[in-house]
Amino acid sequence: MDIKLNTPLTKESIKNLKPGDNVHLTGTIYAARDAAHKKMMELLDKNEELPFDIKGAVIYYVGPSPTKEGEVIGSSGPTTSLRMDAYTPRLLDLGLLGMIGKGRRNDEVKAKIREHGAVYFAAIGGAGALIKKTILSQETVAYEELGPEAIRKLVVKDFPVTVIIDAKGDDLYEIGREEYLNWKHAEDK
Amino acid sequence: MRNIDSKDVTLAVKALVMDANYFLPEDVLSALKENKKKEKWLLATNTLGMIIENAQIAERDMVPMCQDTGMVVVFVEIGQEVHVENGLLEDAINQGIREGYEEGYLRKSVVSDPLNRKNTGDNTPGVIHYTLVAGDQLKIMVAPKGFGSENMSRLKMLKPSEGLQGVKDFILETVELAGPNACPPMVVGVGIGGTFDKCTLLAKQALMRKLDQYNENPFYRDLEIEMLDKINSLGIGPQGFGGQTTALKVSIEYFPTHIAGLPIAVNINCHATRHKEVVL
Repeated sequence: MDIKLNTPLTKESIKNLKPGDNVHLTGTIYAARDAAHKKMMELLDKNEELPFDIKGAVIYYVGPSPTKEGEVIGSSGPTTSLRMDAYTPRLLDLGLLGMIGKGRRNDEVKAKIREHGAVYFAAIGGAGALIKKTILSQETVAYEELGPEAIRKLVVKDFPVTVIIDAKGDDLYEIGREEYLNWKHAEDK
Repeated sequence: MRNIDSKDVTLAVKALVMDANYFLPEDVLSALKENKKKEKWLLATNTLGMIIENAQIAERDMVPMCQDTGMVVVFVEIGQEVHVENGLLEDAINQGIREGYEEGYLRKSVVSDPLNRKNTGDNTPGVIHYTLVAGDQLKIMVAPKGFGSENMSRLKMLKPSEGLQGVKDFILETVELAGPNACPPMVVGVGIGGTFDKCTLLAKQALMRKLDQYNENPFYRDLEIEMLDKINSLGIGPQGFGGQTTALKVSIEYFPTHIAGLPIAVNINCHATRHKEVVL
């Protein structure tokens, strides 16, 4: 059963999510990956404002392929999240509540997710064409010169994601596999 | 002697890089569908369904199936009777990549220096491997390689005494370490033997093989089947969410090696196993 969620997220709206939940996200999310995260840290170091309101925001780790004529955006599947791990705890401290990417997060990020009651979603890696169809519009909000690595504001409708790390810090990459193997061993008997 | 105009090479490579990014090979799509039928874990079945749907959308709309349109690996088999005219073969291939990535709305993901990291702006250069063969044909295979999976690939110089068990353990360990980060279900290319460099090339060549083909040597064929089974008992599943389908295929290539060595390389590919070829 798919859960429908709107952005910006609130701690209330995400506190009951569990690893493995399929969620359809609607609203504004912000595309940012390696270079943009590094630039955001530089802004914070200088006590400057971030290019968007971080409170309740959802960041999507993506570098889309170029936009074909007549389309909104290019293929937009997730990039590997762990490269953003170094930057994420600080953003979570400032009110970031959701992240979409793929792959494992480190222990510090997990601890921060637990501390702030945030959530980490996975989008299907390699499903760039499918995901692209759920993006209704895009607008570059910062660092245009970074090309695919610019910060973009994306308006999405029913963007399909799966809960990986919930507000309690439980991780689908551990739990999902364990549950499957337990079921399989029981089946095989 | 047969003359081939380098402009024809450019045209061919341009079409190949676009096709490779839009159209998932038939055998890969079949393997995804077959595995979805066999998968009994619901989240895994649904995830495979979305991957299949994605391939169908990419084909229909002629858009890249994944936004990581990769760094282009090219395998060229040049017949010894072939004479390339009107420019260097390497330049012609890179020009094809340049034009294909621009006109095909493919992402430019190559930096000119691994430490200074300035984007080259045109996805060149490709990584090109040339083999001279008998005959008068020029065969070109392009394989855009995404780095989510490439980054999880590994090489080890085993001791010969570690033997077959060492090989099996290394393959499984590499898949385990890759886990969700390589966008399972994976295709696993293994190179065994040769030298340090030959070994990794073997692994990449293994990834070019069709998924319904096995190594001709029955010993290695059995090993391919056994390792796929062992990998799919790990429970990592599609996208690492849990399930049976962690890998679609394990392909192994081997080569003679030194009496003191047992090199092994595991090159991981994700489910977007992209390659297209043409014979000029």
